[in-house]
Amino acid sequence: MKAQRPYYVTIKGTKDGLTLYLDDSCSFHDIVNELDSMLSKRQYVQENEPMIRVTIKAGNRFLTEEQEEKIKDVIRKKRNLIVDAIDSNVISKEEALKWKEEADVISVAKVVRSGQVLKIRGDLLLIGDVNPGGTVMATGNIFVMGALKGIAHAGFEGNRNAVIAASLMKPTQLRISDILSRPPDQKEPSFRNDMECAYIDENGTIIIERIQQLAHLRPNLTRLEGGIMNG
Amino acid sequence: MGEAIVVTSGKGGVGKTTTSANVGTALAIMGKKVCLVDTDIGLRNLDVVMGLENRIIYDLVDVVQERCKIHQALVKDKRFNDFLYLLPAAQTSDKTAVTPEQMKKLIDQLKQDFDYIIIDCPAGIEQGYKNAVSGADQAIVVTTPEVSAVRDADRIIGLLEKEDIEPPRLIINRIRNHLMKNGDMLDVDEIVSHLSIDLLGIVIDDDEVIKASNNGEPIVMNPDNRASIAYRNIARRILGEAVPLQSLDEPEKGVIAKIKKFFGVRA
Repeated sequence: MKAQRPYYVTIKGTKDGLTLYLDDSCSFHDIVNELDSMLSKRQYVQENEPMIRVTIKAGNRFLTEEQEEKIKDVIRKKRNLIVDAIDSNVISKEEALKWKEEADVISVAKVVRSGQVLKIRGDLLLIGDVNPGGTVMATGNIFVMGALKGIAHAGFEGNRNAVIAASLMKPTQLRISDILSRPPDQKEPSFRNDMECAYIDENGTIIIERIQQLAHLRPNLTRLEGGIMNG
Repeated sequence: MGEAIVVTSGKGGVGKTTTSANVGTALAIMGKKVCLVDTDIGLRNLDVVMGLENRIIYDLVDVVQERCKIHQALVKDKRFNDFLYLLPAAQTSDKTAVTPEQMKKLIDQLKQDFDYIIIDCPAGIEQGYKNAVSGADQAIVVTTPEVSAVRDADRIIGLLEKEDIEPPRLIINRIRNHLMKNGDMLDVDEIVSHLSIDLLGIVIDDDEVIKASNNGEPIVMNPDNRASIAYRNIARRILGEAVPLQSLDEPEKGVIAKIKKFFGVRA
């Protein structure tokens, strides 16, 4: 069987290193065997040379974590090779759903009252207020079409690019990822009636800006074509 | 089949008991058969405010634990013929003596015989609150124009949303006009927009209310008092009438005032 198809693994060299194309119709076992024999058979690398980065293209093959680990293992055993990325055209349904979730905007129409916590995956579009003592949390961005008077925590799983926007920004506290900020203690008269947004600037502090600035600050927010980015 | 209305607030001391007593009495004056239920077991007050303390024989816990029949525990208020009854709370047990299921059963029984059951809820959000809310069809949230009371009202409204009852309505109690005018107190619009629920009524702070409570005579029995009018208006709104909100301005002296007062009562 192996005789009919000489190569399950095709190697191409680029200026960034090697790319290994794995056949996606043979068994995983064959791939591993061939990788192993191919990389030990041919001496691509001289001694003393720097590490070579390897990108693996798995085509339409779905690789489980163990399988990825196995491939990395085989390659790591060869000198001077280091796996940079494993790239497959397919992902599991679970992953896809999670991805979709993260990219979705969840709209909720309610007033989040004192003591209530609204926690969602993805972006939150709240049609209503967040009252003092209430909390809204999202793994992505938070948009409040009402008064934000409680606590908002955007990107709570560690997304520092997340933003918080509100029609009326009067929060008790703002949190983005692991950064926290609260309004100054002295009450300044609210002269700004603009919608405002909060984001983390390059110094790692939370800044409040007019909502119009978001277009420049976070161009990713525009998702006209829809779907998933940086797959 | 009657309607059970729970009067609650979260925070203590905003006037739940006073409101229960007065709204209940006002409904009785308007010819409805009303039963006031005090669920503040261990810290009962409603009987004192109604001036019925010395007529209590059995209480709510006795009924629930089947030491007596419901009608034995109901205290009839003789001032209102057959229209107003009180089911007092026990003073010797605590909130855990009753479960929400027992409470619901009790209220359902009372609904057979009364038009309105006004349930006076204890402060807090624990067992006592859960008992009080379990049998209710409607809820009235009482608050005062203070940030802390409004905050607790917000919390209670959030909890009430989870119950199987109609959206709660708001009474703002103890309004002091001069403070509100100066902006030293939250104003009515601010509170209503913050809590975003329907406003059932506003009641001004009046010394007479305290005096009346101490005498065991709810203020609504005095037809001329402004707080009394406010409570009567609330009762009329509960009955479905559209009554405009009372003006907060101090009544003027003289003939004009009398005319205005006349319209105030009628309007």
